[in-house]
Amino acid sequence: MLLRLAERTAILLVSLAVSSLLVFGFMVLLPGDPARVALGVNANDELVATLRHEYGLDRPIATQYLDWVGGLLRFDLGRSYISKAEIAPQIADRLQVSLILVAASMVIALLIAMPFGTYMAVRHQRPSGLILSAISQIGVAVPAFLAGILLITVFAVQLGWLPSGGWTPPVQDPALFAKQLILPTLSLGLVQGAVLTRYVRSAVLDVLREDYLRTARAKGLTPMRALVGHGIRNAAVPVVTVLGLQLATLLIGAVVIERVFFIPGLGSLLLDAVGNRDLIVVQDVVMVLVVAVLVVNFIVDLLYLAIDPRLRTGAR
Amino acid sequence: MSTPTTTPGYAGSPPPSPDRPAAPADVLRIDGLHVQVGDLELLTDVDLTVRRGERVGLIGESGSGKSLTALSIMGLLPESLEARGSIAVTGVGGRHTQVVGAAERELAAMRGRDVTMVFQEPMTALNPTMRVGDQVAEVMRIHHTVPDRRAAGARAVELLDKVGLPDPAEAARAYPHQLSGGQRQRVVVAIALANDPALLICDEPTTALDVTVQALVLDLIVRGVEARDAGMLFITHDLAVVASVCERVLVMYGGRVVEAGPVHDVFTTPRHRYTRGLIGASDLDLTRPDGRLYTIQGSVPSAGRFPAGCVFRNRCIHATVECESVPPWEGPGPEDGFACFHPVVVRS
Repeated sequence: MLLRLAERTAILLVSLAVSSLLVFGFMVLLPGDPARVALGVNANDELVATLRHEYGLDRPIATQYLDWVGGLLRFDLGRSYISKAEIAPQIADRLQVSLILVAASMVIALLIAMPFGTYMAVRHQRPSGLILSAISQIGVAVPAFLAGILLITVFAVQLGWLPSGGWTPPVQDPALFAKQLILPTLSLGLVQGAVLTRYVRSAVLDVLREDYLRTARAKGLTPMRALVGHGIRNAAVPVVTVLGLQLATLLIGAVVIERVFFIPGLGSLLLDAVGNRDLIVVQDVVMVLVVAVLVVNFIVDLLYLAIDPRLRTGAR
Repeated sequence: MSTPTTTPGYAGSPPPSPDRPAAPADVLRIDGLHVQVGDLELLTDVDLTVRRGERVGLIGESGSGKSLTALSIMGLLPESLEARGSIAVTGVGGRHTQVVGAAERELAAMRGRDVTMVFQEPMTALNPTMRVGDQVAEVMRIHHTVPDRRAAGARAVELLDKVGLPDPAEAARAYPHQLSGGQRQRVVVAIALANDPALLICDEPTTALDVTVQALVLDLIVRGVEARDAGMLFITHDLAVVASVCERVLVMYGGRVVEAGPVHDVFTTPRHRYTRGLIGASDLDLTRPDGRLYTIQGSVPSAGRFPAGCVFRNRCIHATVECESVPPWEGPGPEDGFACFHPVVVRS
């Protein structure tokens, strides 16, 4: 067990190191000099050289890399080439917004997927299960932004119950924060929930066919109690896998919803930075996203170990 | 599933037949059991009785309906199958359950308490994510045969010791994948015996085990059943096992009981042509004039594709036009007799 933990941790650390090299490498290889981009094509060479020196771009690549990584470890992400502002506080702000949005959406997705997926599996041969399957299929096909626009049309424009967008930090005005969070969370959560429902359904279907579930029934458990007592944990492994993937993709993938609802999330920051050619911000945001994905995967790995004792010993 | 008052697998069953109530000593009495899926009949007119302390064998090739009979008794038929007839279980303390048409709640109370089961595949019969001791304790907790969780845990260790697991306390904390196949089957036996059931159903309990372990597990089951004076229904295609374990035997083919009787009589002087073939095929000392082993020609048809009349006639060299109608049961009763127009010999 300890060995597995050490193994996963080592994998995480190596992945972090390798990905930092990759992110930095891509930025170096990218054509275009940040200093020239900042000053414009007509700037004279002397001015560009001064700025390069100011940014530290005239130093050897290895020094630049070590300097950047060292900064990352101290949560010092440098200053924007364009606005000259500190990047770390910006990213922290945006990351907080994205994390709240994504976490709330995944909670909604889970609340939808667990009961409906299970119900669909248990009733897979009956009309009610088939109808729900069809509905979830539609849910999978609808893009989140379309769901968002529909929700805005109904609940914000026509009914006027909820704001159509915006973001207020929870400390500033909790009530408004909650109100503004509902629609974007629903648009992400409904769609992700539909996807997750399919996976929960197939995971539970697999479990229902297992011999040990028949054993549980033979012990005198009702079908539902057998499923809850013996099925859920076994069905959790594939569901956790998908959950991890969804979390990771949503962190950046929520950008469209962020745009629809005017939410200052991490995805929006990245898009703006790319638009402004603010390469150091792009590099930092990408690195933060990579770290987030790797950490999510690490947690998923730990969950596997917690769920399935067969994985702890390494013997399958 | 969410409505415990209906039993999907048994929809449309008639009320239990009142004509033959179970005698006090009968733990299981099956009368005229039919199981079908759509228009396809999978079990036809099965009669079977097991008394307290009696060990009854059920033999036949794969696909003859043995396991389906077992699942019918447990009330664990898949939803798409429909059962008719009567399956009367007299459980612990004389509690009576009519399985056909029973509510799910009533069946759940019977399973694991009055009737328990040992399955064929020990590698998959246990929950891989639950400690073995908890899985044994659970069956006692479900039926409240122990006062509390702690007592259930202690009793589980005791049971694991009784089924011969070395270091039972350690085994109780183990997960199934940490045990061998034979050890896992011992755990399954411990679960099946935990609540001192009135009837134990064994469906090929030793088929998946190493030959060296088979005899040990078999002995364990028989001793456990004897100690509890329980009835046992033993399903297998291994005739040698039946001969050593059971007192009576029923031979199934094509979803019907084709012959029944005391084990010694059936094995030494079989009457039905199918039984004769089955015994001939299992006797490795017996060879044909050309030196090959005896076999039953052809193979078992798939479910519901057996011929009308005598189900065995398309594989039987003695079949005549007469066999196109269902042969009547000949013998003193459902526990001793056969259904064949051209029997091998007729015992007096």
